[in-house]
Amino acid sequence: MKKKWLSLLIVAILAFTLSACNDNDAAKNSSLDAIKKRDKLIAGVRYDVNLFGFKDPADGMVKGFEIDLMKELAKRMLGSEKKLELKEVTSKTRIPLLENGDVDIVASTMTITEERKQQLNFSHVYFMAGQSLLVKKGSHIKGINDLKGKIVMTSKGATSGLVLKKLEPSIKLKEYENYADAFTALKSGKGDVITTDDSILMGMEQQAPKDFEIVGGYFTQEPYGLGMAKGNKELTSYVNKYLKDIQNDGTYEEIYKKWFKKSPPNDIPEEAVQKVLKK
Amino acid sequence: MGDFSLLAAYKQEFIDGFLTTLSASLLALVLSLCVGTIIACLRLSQVQLLEWIGTAYVEFFRNTPLVIQVFFFAMGLPSLGWNISEFTAGAIGLSIYTGAFIAEALRAGIQSVPRGQMEASRSSGMTYIQSMRYVILPQAFKIVIPPLGNQCVNLVKNSSVLAIIAGGDLLYAADTVSSQTFQINLTYLFVAALYLVITLPLSFGVNQLERRLARQS
Repeated sequence: MKKKWLSLLIVAILAFTLSACNDNDAAKNSSLDAIKKRDKLIAGVRYDVNLFGFKDPADGMVKGFEIDLMKELAKRMLGSEKKLELKEVTSKTRIPLLENGDVDIVASTMTITEERKQQLNFSHVYFMAGQSLLVKKGSHIKGINDLKGKIVMTSKGATSGLVLKKLEPSIKLKEYENYADAFTALKSGKGDVITTDDSILMGMEQQAPKDFEIVGGYFTQEPYGLGMAKGNKELTSYVNKYLKDIQNDGTYEEIYKKWFKKSPPNDIPEEAVQKVLKK
Repeated sequence: MGDFSLLAAYKQEFIDGFLTTLSASLLALVLSLCVGTIIACLRLSQVQLLEWIGTAYVEFFRNTPLVIQVFFFAMGLPSLGWNISEFTAGAIGLSIYTGAFIAEALRAGIQSVPRGQMEASRSSGMTYIQSMRYVILPQAFKIVIPPLGNQCVNLVKNSSVLAIIAGGDLLYAADTVSSQTFQINLTYLFVAALYLVITLPLSFGVNQLERRLARQS
């Protein structure tokens, strides 16, 4: 019996030490100097969001708008886009990975929210999305008013589910590990609708435009920001300057057109947070 | 080490998750014992075909990942037109998977009773069923208690696969709460403790049972 208590005690002590690690280490490991010294930029990106960060099953390469933004950043910071190392993150893992210093920067369709701002540093806005709905073609769901009692699917760690739950409390939420799983679940009829940013839904719709459609328009404003460890001021201001530079010299427009087949809007604000628009 | 009061706001999520984990585990426990017994009988059968079926079952389900099996029941079956709930998919997957291990434990237990015991009871006039019931199984039972206990504890922990199919179990609750509170260490430690609330009494019970059976003989 004594041994049992001893082992419980050890577990408790280990747990305590684990949670005692503080955020400053992450900011130090990922500081601009540390990145330059290591001569490698480690970026957390998505592998499951078509158009933004997507592992192409045909050739195994990760491609997308955010990937190109990170490549350009590595090129300007370290001289070559080959000095970029990609790590897969999901909505669930990206903040812990940043806090641990496992990635220097996260480019993963992350909306800037007041709550997240307490946890990490955000760059200026680099993309403006809005939350919408994806349904099977022929569904009678045409907008947010048809959602009473429906099963709504999204990804763990995303804000979309909670936002919709506030607008329509009767929905039942199912959260999957990533958007690919949520899409599989929609295909196999595990729920009625996927909700997340239209930019992500667009990528899903493009994979099977005959079977799925986006409905309901925007009901939020979702400004995307690049995430960095809390307190990592140098890197944040470097990245902000980088975003301004590529907007001024046309690189941003070039990358944007490559993926979205249209010119970027002119009215992207520098600072913005998630906003829920009225239905 | 963080603020437990943050978690109090999510009491309902934890209660729901705990109950889901508990009921999925109990259901799968009963089912996997049934499956395991049937498969063990097949494995020990004198009929070659039945033995092959039993062996194929054990080798297939024991040697493929549980995650894939559960994912198939949750996503694969519905796309073939057979829609079952996440809870059912998880419980079925767990039962089938754990059943394979339980079958092996039972088979090993029965086979470890010396052959002479069966021969002796048959020659003293018992039928095959009687010698199984009164001579072989009581001895085999004692031998399989520890490995069965292991499988039960594993089953409870394995029920966490429900989280990846949005099954609403404890780990799913932890994922949701940690992403809303950003209290990652705290949430998962708390949930680990809740798993211990189920598994420790289970281990303890198995140990007690083992000791009592040892005293009887």
